[in-house]
Amino acid sequence: MILNIARKELKSLFASPMGWTILALLMALLGNFYLTGVNKYFEVMSGAVRPAERVGVTIFVGQTVFGIARYIMLFAVPLLTMRLISEERRNQTLPFLFSAPISLTEIVLGKFVGLIIFLSILIIYIFMMLITLNIWSDIDFGYLLANSFGLWLLLGSFSALGIYFSSLTKQPIIAAILSFISLFALIFLESMFASDPNHWFAYISLMKHFQSFSRGMIDTSDLIYFFLFISTFLTLTIRRLDAERLRG
Amino acid sequence: MSNLTLEAIELTRLFGGREAVKNVSFHLEKGEVLGFLGPNGAGKSTTMRMLTGNLAPSIGTVKICGIDIIENPKEAKALIGYLPEMRPLYKELTVDEFLTIAARLHKVPSKQITKAVEIAKQKCGLSHMSKRLIENLSNGYQQRVAIAQAIIHNPLVVILDEPTVGLDPIQIREIRYLIREIGQKHSVILSTHILPEVEMVCDRVQIIDKGNLVFHGSIDELKQHRQGNKLMVGFSKAPAISALKDIEGVIKVEKTEDQMYRIHFKDKQSPSEAIVNLSVKNRWGLYQIAPDQTSLEDVFVQLTEKKQKN
Repeated sequence: MILNIARKELKSLFASPMGWTILALLMALLGNFYLTGVNKYFEVMSGAVRPAERVGVTIFVGQTVFGIARYIMLFAVPLLTMRLISEERRNQTLPFLFSAPISLTEIVLGKFVGLIIFLSILIIYIFMMLITLNIWSDIDFGYLLANSFGLWLLLGSFSALGIYFSSLTKQPIIAAILSFISLFALIFLESMFASDPNHWFAYISLMKHFQSFSRGMIDTSDLIYFFLFISTFLTLTIRRLDAERLRG
Repeated sequence: MSNLTLEAIELTRLFGGREAVKNVSFHLEKGEVLGFLGPNGAGKSTTMRMLTGNLAPSIGTVKICGIDIIENPKEAKALIGYLPEMRPLYKELTVDEFLTIAARLHKVPSKQITKAVEIAKQKCGLSHMSKRLIENLSNGYQQRVAIAQAIIHNPLVVILDEPTVGLDPIQIREIRYLIREIGQKHSVILSTHILPEVEMVCDRVQIIDKGNLVFHGSIDELKQHRQGNKLMVGFSKAPAISALKDIEGVIKVEKTEDQMYRIHFKDKQSPSEAIVNLSVKNRWGLYQIAPDQTSLEDVFVQLTEKKQKN
């Protein structure tokens, strides 16, 4: 049932030009950064860098692409999540889902999974783009995999939060703005507490937990953080929809 | 199990302390079409939302074929088809795509989905619209898609909230025919504020007003309520009111604004024949005589007043 809802979401995404356009634009943008990364690599590395300070092409280009990808997705994910529930509410299509023999959990998870599948397409594209480096060099697949996995978890967290804000309102735009602001805050919490990196407030920053992935390391404590983040917001969404049924 | 397909037991729904639906109980049997009447804001849609599990009742239970919708929502919901007041359509999809999704979500086995979609389209007269985007369909056709969505999984109970809104007269007739057809095999609850519609398609009627169930009975009972013991008579040379009053069985005579007479009479003592005879004899110039049909509003007023007295 979760997959059926996910299929419905994907169908809606690709039924209009929106899904295709977003994928195309994001890829064009990231492809551009990939190219710049490769060019810069030659510029920097051919110059005065001492051998000890040289980094591999994977890390250099990977950092450029993955570094920028998370900021671009900070804008893109709220635009994708905003419609998930609030648009259904505005178009009065929620009763269609609520009166079908599916539980609220399945509805919310289905919508989440649908969006994740969509975002996975993007991540797979990014990964494929980066492994083309392997044609003329020897790249570090582990580093790319860890980064992609980290980005995947990060986007999952963005989506979970976005879905929650989408469930709060009838206006997709408000949902987008709310989720953008909160994601922005969560990402930059860390820089706000730069003087005291061990403050607990800095600890809830999303970026702090992305860092180990961006170094090519999969840390279980970060995995748990993302897992908790996602499940918290999905649970809140389910609760929110349930409250609607109870309160009317 | 008996033939009961739906039971609503003492449903009450509060919205911020205000009772939108008060202590409403009713049941539905297999092969029955139940008309649910009421003026705007009477609580029709609220009741229907509770019946379909879209809204939790504050007090009371809903049972579909004996399955409690709050305790076992999935099993109960699988037996219901629901057309909400606002049609729930994904307008960016085509008719086929949307109905396929509807069938899938209602757990139609995957091998039968294509067939189920075909049958639903055929029943609602949508076969030639398969590949069209719902967005581009006319109002009436969108309504048909919404109805098709409600019957696609062959549910035991079909709940339709104002199904004929926005349709042209021919479409309305087709939809009424469709409702009758569904009603033969399954149970249908139909909400509307159009009385003739109820008289045409329903077996039983219930009227709700301000959250109270004020009338519950067969369609014939309602007709009786509606017609009452009244005649509307017009004369070109009107006699004195007292002359009319003297006729046997007449209780009261009123003169209406358009120079007609409304004659109230006792049960089963229609004075129409006597009026015609007297008119011929005395040259009153009778040009119209007809049973006086009370409007729906009057029936409401009558019924609500009765309820208050009780």
